[in-house]
Amino acid sequence: MPAEPVKFAVPKMYQILDENGKCNEAEMPKLTNDELRKIYENLVYARMLDGRILNLQREGRCGTYASSLGQEATQVGSAFALGKDDWLFPYFREIGAHITRGLPMHLYLLYWMGDERGSKVPEGLNDFVISIPVGTQNLHATGVAMAMRLKGDKKAAMVYLGDGATSEGDFHEAMNFAGVFKAPVIFVCQNNQWAISLPLSKQTASKTLAQKAVAYGFDGYLVDGNDVFAVLKVAREAAERAKAGGGPTFIECVTYRMSDHTTADDAGRYRTPQEVENWKKRDPIERVRKYMEVKGLWDEVYEKSVVEKANKMIEDDVREAEATPPAEPDDMFDYLYDKIPKNLADQKAEVLAFLKRGA
Amino acid sequence: MIMNMVQAINSALSQEMERDPSVVLLGEDIGKDGGVFRVTEGLYQKFGDQRVIDTPLAESGIVGTSIGMALYGMRPVGEIQFDGFVFPAIDQLINHAARIRNRTRGRFSVPLTLRVPFSGGIRALEHHSDSPETYFVHAPGLKVVVPSGPYEAKGLLISSIRDPDPVVFMEPKRIYRAIKEEVPEEEYTIPIGEAKIVQAGGDVTVITYGAMLKTVREAISTLNDKYSIELIDLRTLSPLDTDSIISSVQKTGRCVIVNEAAKTLGMAAEIIARINEKALLNLEAPVERVTGYDTIMPLPKTEHYYLPNPDRIRQGIEKVMGF
Ligand SMILES: Cc1ncc(C[n+]2csc(CCOP(=O)(O)OP(=O)(O)O)c2C)c(N)n1
Ligand SMILES: [Mg+2]
Repeated sequence: MPAEPVKFAVPKMYQILDENGKCNEAEMPKLTNDELRKIYENLVYARMLDGRILNLQREGRCGTYASSLGQEATQVGSAFALGKDDWLFPYFREIGAHITRGLPMHLYLLYWMGDERGSKVPEGLNDFVISIPVGTQNLHATGVAMAMRLKGDKKAAMVYLGDGATSEGDFHEAMNFAGVFKAPVIFVCQNNQWAISLPLSKQTASKTLAQKAVAYGFDGYLVDGNDVFAVLKVAREAAERAKAGGGPTFIECVTYRMSDHTTADDAGRYRTPQEVENWKKRDPIERVRKYMEVKGLWDEVYEKSVVEKANKMIEDDVREAEATPPAEPDDMFDYLYDKIPKNLADQKAEVLAFLKRGA
Repeated sequence: MIMNMVQAINSALSQEMERDPSVVLLGEDIGKDGGVFRVTEGLYQKFGDQRVIDTPLAESGIVGTSIGMALYGMRPVGEIQFDGFVFPAIDQLINHAARIRNRTRGRFSVPLTLRVPFSGGIRALEHHSDSPETYFVHAPGLKVVVPSGPYEAKGLLISSIRDPDPVVFMEPKRIYRAIKEEVPEEEYTIPIGEAKIVQAGGDVTVITYGAMLKTVREAISTLNDKYSIELIDLRTLSPLDTDSIISSVQKTGRCVIVNEAAKTLGMAAEIIARINEKALLNLEAPVERVTGYDTIMPLPKTEHYYLPNPDRIRQGIEKVMGF
């Protein structure tokens, strides 16, 4: 018999709610009406805050920013599957996940405005901070999950990564450790089709990203990332499995980066407006609205109240971030070590003296 | 032709690719997009995707496969998108690129150039403003080159590409577009390993490199010819041009060194050690260093506290002059 290569079949992308708001009720995750409304409100708040930050950036009130436009369902749906004791590791494009977890969003703003103090996550919230070196956070989440398992805690860690991040060595190492140690970690891959200017087809020769999990000995799912219910359903099951000792899961959420990579990028250089237009039809929020309308959970009055509430929160976020007094130079010295070493204390004194002399 | 540094580097890459078909570029977003700083703009269109290679997002991959290509007779020029992202490649750079000639007793060599935009002052995100040059200076087998403007950039990059050994070519991103000057359209080289006396003087030697040259010049101009200053642009950090440093300090007896990187084990530390070895008895004052602090480069709102500025540099000069 001739040698046969290893082969396996990739299932169809999993979807519950299609772009027209048509729902496969049999697959719907269990949600109360209040939870449904919460999900919708998080989606709207995420999109509006994101848009506001883009405006602030244009006005010079915020630094370079990575927009989440179009990816809200992936972010909100996955984070919604977590319990308070679970951990979340973002990369840098997860506004919807942070909102869902309850991060005070003025901190998020402060960070993007260029102030490190925005990364001081409040006590009690197990959300790690933005990790810019692509792919690195996968190992941190896996390590947290390994520790959870060693300590016998029934918790899970969720980590976000982009499609581009699957090319980094750290991604491979994290997946392998997760598989070997059966770590309760959930990899949520925001496959938004692009890594800056590189389309997925140039990033990998693999047909899907989900199938990569197979090689590491655990399950990968291919999910419509613009379907908040499908993401939630698969993420919830992954979290339950993880907490029951079933090990890791990889979820490829198929979505689209509607904006430029960051405010420093111009996507017009490498992709067509037509492609963006096509994805607009698959908007993740629109379809939830349609679904809720049919259910009698959405009308114009409700919409108005959701938008008003989001606007009010956003105004508070911006005000609070901008009212934060500028950081003193001490800030760069005081958190390097538990106790500041003598030579560093001398340097700090030198800076302070220099500034005083200048004034 | 008047060029900024982005144009000068682009011109060097383009001419070297025309001259030598074994020169290929590898990096993230360097193709269609022309690189995040537009340094490779137009090259993909001109040379095609076989020579301007958009790689998957993997720095160890870029450097590791560049090593392989170099072993096979090509002249790869890799691009790391930002300073902070060179670290995934450090294993390949230090454990391999730097050692292969020595390990194989000259049988194999790695004529690789790795371009790394670095240093701060552009109000960027974390890991986008770091100054990791001394990590490479500390690795035997690597050369480290830092241009201070468009003219230097073109000549030094052409030399780096032609060099038979691995060169880390660090581009101070703050001056990518901030300095415009006359740059010859035709090719030319500037030797690696030679510092440049930018301005001759007799009272004090000021030594710097990269974006800090511009800042030092600003500091000097505020002194209004109060002192006769000899200004040295190192251009190459490894191998360091000890002779130029020593003969200048022997003449002036005073020295200030400016580097943006952290103070401890920064370039200034090594230069002071060499002065101690060769010109200690010529010194009229302790050598002063104006550097970044031993802290992490702050985010945009506070980066100005970190960066050496003309005031701090002037103060350094006054200190050695007033000793
Ligand atoms: C190690 C590393 N290399 C390069 C970069 C620069 N960079 C930032 S985001 C990005 C693309 C990321 O693509 P992807 O993982 O698909 O996430 P997306 O931005 O699409 O959400 C690159 C190359 C980085 N931040 N870290
Ligand atoms: Mg992507």
